[in-house]
Amino acid sequence: MAPLFAQTFGNASSIHFEGQQARALLDDAHRKVALMIGARAEEIIFTSGGTEADNLAVFGAVNASGHLITTSVEHPAVLQAAGMLPSVTVVPVNGNGVVDSDDIRRAIRPSTQLISVMHVNNELGVVQPVEEIAKIARQAGVLFHCDGVQAVGKLPVKMAAVGADLYTLSAHKIYGPKGIGALYVRKGTQLRPLVYGGPHERKMRAGTENVPGAVGFAHAADWVMEHSAGEMTRQQALRVRLEEKVRAEVSGAHINGCGARRVANTSNIRFDGIDSEPLLISLDLQGFAVSSGSACSSGATEPSHVLLAIGLTREQARSSIRISLGRRNDEEQVDALAGAIVKSVARLRKLAPAYA
Amino acid sequence: MLNQKTTAVAMSGGVDSSVVAGMLHRAGERVVGMTMQLWNQRRLPELVPENPTGRCCSLDDVYDARHVAQLLGIPYYVVNFEDRFEEQVVKPFVREYMAGRTPIPCTLCNNFIKFDQFLEMAEGAGASDIATGHYAQITRNDQTGRWEMRRSVDRAKDQTYFLFGLTQEQLARTRFPLGGMEKSQVRELARELGIPTAAKPDSQEICFVPNGDYAGFIDSYAREQGLAPQDLSGEIVTSNGKAMGEHAGVHHFTVGQRRGLGVAAGEPLYVISTEPETRRVVIGRDKELRRSSMMVSGVNWISIGAPTEPVRAQVKIRNKHAAAPATLIPKAADPSRIEVRFDEPQRAVTPGQGAVFYAEELVLGGGWIESTPE
Repeated sequence: MAPLFAQTFGNASSIHFEGQQARALLDDAHRKVALMIGARAEEIIFTSGGTEADNLAVFGAVNASGHLITTSVEHPAVLQAAGMLPSVTVVPVNGNGVVDSDDIRRAIRPSTQLISVMHVNNELGVVQPVEEIAKIARQAGVLFHCDGVQAVGKLPVKMAAVGADLYTLSAHKIYGPKGIGALYVRKGTQLRPLVYGGPHERKMRAGTENVPGAVGFAHAADWVMEHSAGEMTRQQALRVRLEEKVRAEVSGAHINGCGARRVANTSNIRFDGIDSEPLLISLDLQGFAVSSGSACSSGATEPSHVLLAIGLTREQARSSIRISLGRRNDEEQVDALAGAIVKSVARLRKLAPAYA
Repeated sequence: MLNQKTTAVAMSGGVDSSVVAGMLHRAGERVVGMTMQLWNQRRLPELVPENPTGRCCSLDDVYDARHVAQLLGIPYYVVNFEDRFEEQVVKPFVREYMAGRTPIPCTLCNNFIKFDQFLEMAEGAGASDIATGHYAQITRNDQTGRWEMRRSVDRAKDQTYFLFGLTQEQLARTRFPLGGMEKSQVRELARELGIPTAAKPDSQEICFVPNGDYAGFIDSYAREQGLAPQDLSGEIVTSNGKAMGEHAGVHHFTVGQRRGLGVAAGEPLYVISTEPETRRVVIGRDKELRRSSMMVSGVNWISIGAPTEPVRAQVKIRNKHAAAPATLIPKAADPSRIEVRFDEPQRAVTPGQGAVFYAEELVLGGGWIESTPE
């Protein structure tokens, strides 16, 4: 990536040779990202990230008279965009955070233009039945958008199997650079652009292409294709180890969403009688970067909308932390984290004796 | 990392707390910066003026505090106490005003947020004590075993009037590093430490009330809360009951107030008292404003234990008041109440305000002015 900021500086849309070199890298990036999800190069529209891709899907597929169906646990990039539309049905989820595809089917109206359901929930890691929803959408003649930001690299994701018409990707979730993502647009899908200007990205996303970002994204995609299956087996074992240790040594610890199929790296744990805010700070000061809710809502007063949607009380939602394991974590770190959680929770319960 | 003693500094984004973080960090201590998010300024948008002053918790303040933490290279967090602040500070403030009293939210905030919730958050995060930019001094008296509080060296900045509620447990874990410094030294130190907010003006007034418009805030908040628009209007009368005019609400008046009475008279007239039950505002001459004694309740003793015999002290009845000589007379039945008899009658003794007892520099304790019997 780094040389591209200075050496291969050409504009990928220019005619000259410098530009052609950049174009070659950009074309290659389209191919690699497409290959990762079993798509064609021309089906990949690079965007500034997952949020823009979600917005492009929602505003590109639903017009002023159209109806959108989505779920209560979507990322704000979908839910906030949906809030701008005149007609939206937000389908609830069960206690594990999973939507019932029959509920989606029942929400379809003649005016429904798009169903948008995430592949994997960012806070809980639970997997949605998107293949079934894709079938329901196809039968009804409605477009299906799937936010796959948290799925790619953690599940085997192939467009033929998922069956979505639109699929959101983000580079930084697979260790690529921040500031680039993509929307997969199935060939033949009618979509209006969100950003107007030049004819970049097959006229779907105007603006000089982010070549360094795209090259970084492609590099990250290469790694996913080569290593992710083995890596996920490894992380799954680490997560099981972490959750078993925490549950064995901390009373009143619950895994949110544990009754559903989950991706390997995400663990959302609730501790009875604990405020997650001091727990997070305490863990951070000990070198463990964990979060509550999503990174986007940190510092907010409102508890996580996802945790409320699975039926937790506000207090329970505020007692939950989210741990995401990664490629650089090993058994020793996981054991140290479990130990730090055990100690910190015990200390907090001693300070706030409300918990008996 | 947590094995080393850690101090959590309450950082507001202003000069004082920034200097506290900077000086402790420079002394080699392990410091964590925290900003309390207390109030959402966007909640009552009709109140936000074009050039607001005294606004707490704005994004600019968080930005300033974070910037200072980044320059120092210390961990920094925003901690959210909005719910608690509304329950413990804003609602009582509104309730008291509507009941015709003049509350001091800064003391409530110190008692229920800064030296309670914040201290708890800091301990929960693994810090052993907290430091703030308050101007006051805390020392331990080895003979009595008590934590004592003294006025700050910079008398103009002294904030002990707002700190009378601190308990011995809280004092044991609280540090006021600026208590021994002059404000000019603090600003100089800010420049020396490279703190970018060195020239930022001091905060004024009550932080969540823009431009000091209390009545406007109370009206907007009551509207937002869907409280039935309470008619607080009524008559303005003299102390012998003569009707002098009408007013729009008792919450627009505070004892001692002269302006805005809308009553013409040959000599200056002041608010003597407000009577929420009858919604009357009683006005009179300066002489009628004076009281020679008052009952103080909710007393917290700091530098001394609860006395059993009368104690001589200087008593401050509002922040800008020059402490007046008085005798504190304990009520045997209830150590949290005390009668204060001033040597000279004091002007505008206002129920709801704090009364703080001093022995020269030493803060003996303080409580809330309950009533001012004739």
